[in-house]
Amino acid sequence: MCAPMSERSIETDIAIVGAGPAGIAAACAAAESGKRVLVVDDTPWLGGQIWRGEQRHPTSPEASQWLQRFRDSGAELLDSTSVIALPALGTLLAERLSRESISIQYQRLILATGARELFLPFPGWTLPGVMGVGGLQALAKNGWPVEGRRVVIAGSGPLLLAVADGLRRKGAEIVTVAEQAPLGQVLGFATSLVRYPSKLWQGMQIRSRLLDVPYQLGTWPMKAEATGKELLVTLTDGRDRWTEPCDYLACGFGLVPNIELPLAAGCELTSGGFLAVDSYQQSSIPGIYCAGEPVGIGGVDCALIEGQIAGHSAAGALEQASKLMDRRDRWHLFRLALAKGFALRDELRSLASSDTLICRCEDVPVGRVGEFDGWREAKLHTRCGMGACQGRICGSAAKVLFGWGMQSVRPPILPAKVQSLLSTT
Amino acid sequence: MGDAIHLQINGREISVPAGTVVAAAIALAGEDRFRRSVMNQPRGPLCGMGVCMECRVTISGRAHCRSCQILCEPGMDVRTDE
Repeated sequence: MCAPMSERSIETDIAIVGAGPAGIAAACAAAESGKRVLVVDDTPWLGGQIWRGEQRHPTSPEASQWLQRFRDSGAELLDSTSVIALPALGTLLAERLSRESISIQYQRLILATGARELFLPFPGWTLPGVMGVGGLQALAKNGWPVEGRRVVIAGSGPLLLAVADGLRRKGAEIVTVAEQAPLGQVLGFATSLVRYPSKLWQGMQIRSRLLDVPYQLGTWPMKAEATGKELLVTLTDGRDRWTEPCDYLACGFGLVPNIELPLAAGCELTSGGFLAVDSYQQSSIPGIYCAGEPVGIGGVDCALIEGQIAGHSAAGALEQASKLMDRRDRWHLFRLALAKGFALRDELRSLASSDTLICRCEDVPVGRVGEFDGWREAKLHTRCGMGACQGRICGSAAKVLFGWGMQSVRPPILPAKVQSLLSTT
Repeated sequence: MGDAIHLQINGREISVPAGTVVAAAIALAGEDRFRRSVMNQPRGPLCGMGVCMECRVTISGRAHCRSCQILCEPGMDVRTDE
């Protein structure tokens, strides 16, 4: 008996997964050289998470330029569409929000799947009102109420200050910004910015707007408690501990790459857990390229250049790709400075008590998972990582807490209707 | 506002500006319990980017919709805490 076919089939020269800066830059580079380009994205908007809301309320001239360039490029966007499987080289299987399943036939594939925040478990991290730093920022861009709300921002990375600035513009009261990295580390990072004048200027502007907001270095959250509609967040600098009442705790410990789709495609990883690519951004599988955060957490500027290189390479314009390589390599030094400046302290690995949940989908406590020697065993025995997020949150946490790596990814990449999956057989 | 969208959150009518995601409309309606965990704990959005699945709600009869990634549309019937 024949399995039902997907409801629609699309053919393209180059398929791109992800409509953030890397995907947009790749699409422009490839489409401008005459290739048929189809960009698939989970969200209903162009711009990914970092340029979310830029179409409706532009704040960044650079974003506006790229969004316009994309619209002029001839590349097509298939939004509100999740890639759920790669049944064979040359085919992507996707599902639209409308539940329509689509099969996409491509010659070349560019994966620009971005990054997510790293969340580490601590008592109270599952309470409503405890959210990601980028998470609260993303939601606030689409109407989440922050005006007049007190927000504690904690975790690590340059995103903390950027989000403090963004939320305050929307009327939030920033109680404090607690950065886990100590002064020396952060100063080292700040010094490295001298090589990147645009970043340095951006950082100085943000900092100057936040002079009246505490930026507490070497400080991290220990727990959050709910009292009525208020949250009480306990912070520590390793010596003292104190409590801050607030409406929201925005907490994220940096970014981790979204490598599930590239892994499912069979692409190899580096020892650091990123996608391995050559100088043309081509992965270990010929014809599959990767750009942006999945190959290393480097931010928007790095993603834009890698995206263009991937787009040119996939379109066969290798000379144009080569011209951008020096600029990219300079941003790779920034990537290193970022990793060093905001390296995580050991104390963060023991914030959770044994009954603190690590897997929020299946409600599995840290203590249960810690009884096992590896991720696979822990999954099999506790159902940790087997819920709706498929281990994206707890798997990343377990990697930091226990040093376990993710070994494999199986389709569907995201929860999908059975009918869509039948098309893969 | 000319482009206000009317939808229902747990049976209550709310009006939000165009471009508002369903998760934000739920927060604007004063709800902070988006779903119940397997151990019956209340949960709300964490990642805001469609990854963690904590913001799942039922929209017009369809369960498990990621409210952080879906824009409000007129007449949506949103149910939380299920």
